[in-house]
Amino acid sequence: MVGIIDYGVGNLFSLQSSFGAIGEEAFVSGDPEQLAKAQRLVLPGVGAFEDAANKLRSSGLDAFVREQTAQGKPLLGICLGMQLLFEKSFEYGEHGGLGLLKGRVVPMEGRLPETLKIPHMGWNRLEVKGGKLLREAEGQYVYFVHSFFAEGCNDSLAAVTEYGIPITAAVERGNIFGCQFHPEKSGNVGLSILRTFCRL
Amino acid sequence: MITKRIIPCLDVRNGRVVKGTNFQGLQDVSSPVALGKFYSDNGADELVFYDITASAEGRRLFTDILTQVAATIFIPLTVGGGINTVEDFDRVLKCGADKVSVNSGAIRDPDLVHAAARRYGDQCVVLSADVKRVEGQFRVFAKGGREDTGMEAISWIKRCVSNGAGEVVLNSIDTDGVKQGFDLEMLEAVSEAVDVPVIASGGAGCEEDFVTLFKTLPKVDAGLAASIFHFGQVKIPELKKTLRENDILVRL
Repeated sequence: MVGIIDYGVGNLFSLQSSFGAIGEEAFVSGDPEQLAKAQRLVLPGVGAFEDAANKLRSSGLDAFVREQTAQGKPLLGICLGMQLLFEKSFEYGEHGGLGLLKGRVVPMEGRLPETLKIPHMGWNRLEVKGGKLLREAEGQYVYFVHSFFAEGCNDSLAAVTEYGIPITAAVERGNIFGCQFHPEKSGNVGLSILRTFCRL
Repeated sequence: MITKRIIPCLDVRNGRVVKGTNFQGLQDVSSPVALGKFYSDNGADELVFYDITASAEGRRLFTDILTQVAATIFIPLTVGGGINTVEDFDRVLKCGADKVSVNSGAIRDPDLVHAAARRYGDQCVVLSADVKRVEGQFRVFAKGGREDTGMEAISWIKRCVSNGAGEVVLNSIDTDGVKQGFDLEMLEAVSEAVDVPVIASGGAGCEEDFVTLFKTLPKVDAGLAASIFHFGQVKIPELKKTLRENDILVRL
């Protein structure tokens, strides 16, 4: 059973449905007691880093996530949920994240060739560097929407995608997994990545 | 690199896809869920669902259908039609839409784009503009292309983008339905004026029209069409093969 962590950011309907589509039971909850019963956790997220980090903190779910992952429970962060796994973000200021992975989140602006549009939005190709989650996803196209990206995360880097420069597309370290792209919006490729997560 | 996107558009009235289709093997060709699934399984990069229902009852039906679509199809979904307020954004986003397209609603209420972008983010707000040449000028039309607003299109689109529209669907009324190719002149003017993704709509009749679009205007990000896909005149997997043979990057 997959517990999708609801801390008040974004709509989790598609994400929950995508687990249903691969025959995995998934529930959405913001209650640590309920979420603790799940075998796996998903940390979703859309919107601004600071707002999301504050909501995680004020709900106490940040401590819950740290405690559950320390016990070895698999956690998958998606999009902003992946960015929250890092130590800090420089999205409009400087904000602390969960610190489960080494690295920081920085804006694309000023770091990409000027001809490229921001956000990085659309289907882009995965170059898999390692790890278990994406072992069958080399060269596959997945769907991205983001204006900030993780860097300084070589020790957890699992995949990059090329957008003028290599952009961190996925990270993995032990039982901590993260996708910058949206597996729940990446068609059959995305669904098979979620299926792999459910079997790890 | 990001691929060029191919986007089928489904017009929905009273819960059914309006323009008929002739797909073999698809039992219910006017079911938005069945047709959406067909496209998703056959190479569409994104789907647009356009609600052309006028009644409140039809609108409720549309949101029910949308919920079913979002529970079945796992590619990005854009929803438009009847979006006049931030509450309308909320209504369709809760049903599983990823992006919301505004047209007449943005003309009626100049603050709508800004208010929606602030609440949901720029990437969520798509400006859909119906544009036609009038007296040597690109003019914005409202109400499904029936009413000339008198506004010059390029400055209108630029204003909406600076207010937070994260993407622009440019539908040329001049080429729509003619099937002689996209309106390259109009698309060039818009794609030079804004730095958000531009989606070409109106005029595609064959695979070659998409090749010409992306070859001539590399800044255009996506091509949208309806009936040529619904009637199988252009099949998306074959279209994408042709695009790739012409060195245009697509997801196969």
